[in-house]
Amino acid sequence: MISQQSTAQPIEVRNLTVAFGGRVIQRELSFSVRRGSIFAVMGGSGCGKSTVLKAMVGLLRPSCGTIRVNGEDYWAASDARRAEISRRFGVLFQSGALWSSMTVAENVALPLQMFTSLTIDAIAILVQLKLSFVGLAPAAAKMPAELSGGMHKRAALARALALDPEILLFDEPSAGLDPVTSQRLDELILELSEGFGATVIVVSHELASLFGICDDGVFLDAETGTAIAHGSPRALRDTCENPTVRAFMERKALHRSLAEDRQP
Amino acid sequence: MSCNSRLPGWRLERHGEGAELRLTGDWIARDSGVRDSADVRRILDEAGGLMLRVDASELGQWDSALIAFLRMLRDSVSADQTRIVRIEVSALPKSAQRLLALASAGASQAPDIKAPHASLATRVGEVCLRAWSRTVGVAAMVGETALCGTAAFAGRTRTRAVDVVELIREAGAGALGIVAIVNGLVGAILAFVGAVQLQRFGAGIYVADLVGVAMAREMAAIGTAIVMAGRTGGAYAAHLATMQGNEEIDALNVFGIPIFDFLVLPRITALVTMTPLLYIYGCAVGFFGGAVVSIVTLDITPLRFLEELRRAVTATQFAIGFTKSIAFGALVALAGCFIGLRAGRSAADVGHAATAAVVVGIIGVIALDAVFAVCCHALGI
Repeated sequence: MISQQSTAQPIEVRNLTVAFGGRVIQRELSFSVRRGSIFAVMGGSGCGKSTVLKAMVGLLRPSCGTIRVNGEDYWAASDARRAEISRRFGVLFQSGALWSSMTVAENVALPLQMFTSLTIDAIAILVQLKLSFVGLAPAAAKMPAELSGGMHKRAALARALALDPEILLFDEPSAGLDPVTSQRLDELILELSEGFGATVIVVSHELASLFGICDDGVFLDAETGTAIAHGSPRALRDTCENPTVRAFMERKALHRSLAEDRQP
Repeated sequence: MSCNSRLPGWRLERHGEGAELRLTGDWIARDSGVRDSADVRRILDEAGGLMLRVDASELGQWDSALIAFLRMLRDSVSADQTRIVRIEVSALPKSAQRLLALASAGASQAPDIKAPHASLATRVGEVCLRAWSRTVGVAAMVGETALCGTAAFAGRTRTRAVDVVELIREAGAGALGIVAIVNGLVGAILAFVGAVQLQRFGAGIYVADLVGVAMAREMAAIGTAIVMAGRTGGAYAAHLATMQGNEEIDALNVFGIPIFDFLVLPRITALVTMTPLLYIYGCAVGFFGGAVVSIVTLDITPLRFLEELRRAVTATQFAIGFTKSIAFGALVALAGCFIGLRAGRSAADVGHAATAAVVVGIIGVIALDAVFAVCCHALGI
């Protein structure tokens, strides 16, 4: 959004520890996200990336540590205040999570109906706009069950954009999509985040999209349960010495060589 | 932010060939809404010329409201070729230009949002076809139950014993409390109502006959079946409908695991075995409820009540109630499973399925009870 914003970082995480019951998922995490950057939360499956995202969007209270949104302590705020802050977030869930009993257009319209005093016509215009951003204007009247995987994700993206969010959070945006569709989604994310001037946080383990769109990031490790590297995915690939990070970043090359070995 | 925002506005300046549209103020959707098409028409009418240049030098903050406005402007220009030839947006912020380009790319085909209006004949036809296919489906399911049930008796089935045991525990032991409350109260109410009437004829002792016959023959069977329809039938439908939505049923199909053996038969088995047992339990609690009320309101000793009850309730009465409750259990389980398996895949469909299963279960139980009453009358029992 082009609006005057405080000088504080949009998201700043300090000594964050997240746990399910007694099981600690990630401990002592610290990182900050620059305004306008596309920040990657990387790591292998099961390292707690999505759990950290849950703490950032208000779904899971951290055991300790702070998350500051534009300088304001997110979890110390009252429930009402936290809900207000959350409205500046646009979240794209891993499975899309469209409300299955509403059409695509109704899915995008619902946040506008709930949280703005716009007229029905104005909402219709905005919904049309958001859907045409993601190329789904013709599918406005479809039910989520009638959409393909890629369309489902794009519809969910349109919904995430409904309130013109300042911070966009994506949980595995390319999960379950083919490489071409996933690259087009990446391009769309890049295009929209630059257009809206939004800060983007991407949780992913897809190397192609990490290298393609992210300019900063943090690498979470499942074994040590904390962050083991900071920096953009490309910088980590080129310079990081940590063997876990190296293995993750070079997985692609490893796979290719395996495939090549099997060729006669 | 919203307190010191300036209202969005525009000024049109004409010079020679074209016109310049100066955008002013803050264009934030949630503060000031979206400009409507009347604005767009006015701009086009006033401009009238060949080219419209959009100027953003006095533009404050903006969001989708601005993009929506510019898109409307552009769409109405392309719809009406007679006036302005083109709109020049190069003076806009780069990010706004990108969003505008993105919005225009996917907008060429306008969606047809209105659902087609079906005629009365079409709707009646659709309802009839749906009812017919449902009837066929129910018949198929009953047939399949019979076939697979016989196969299961012969020992050829893929039903897992552990599923059956778990379902029996849920449907049987889990329902003891509610079955006791319902039947105990029904027995007590029968005794109350009966006592008031029978006392007038000095036939107070026949309260035991009333409670005994009514509970054993009708009320315990129906009460238990209705509890099962609400408690277990609805749960079966919701469970299977959710599995449908999660593609779990598809996964079973792909593995070649027979849905019927794996999901339906254990549920039918559970209810067919548990409903009769709960019926017997319900009878006992109902007798007890009736006895307590009779002893308190009438001057009957527990022993006399019991004697009278034994004389009144014959094995035939029990057999009728017992048979009915087996049929009710099968009906409730079949309705729950069938409706659950035929449900759609959305969250709302799960709710519809649960509702339908309970409604069909209760109506079915009452209707089946009527059939039993007619049959018993014809047979003279």
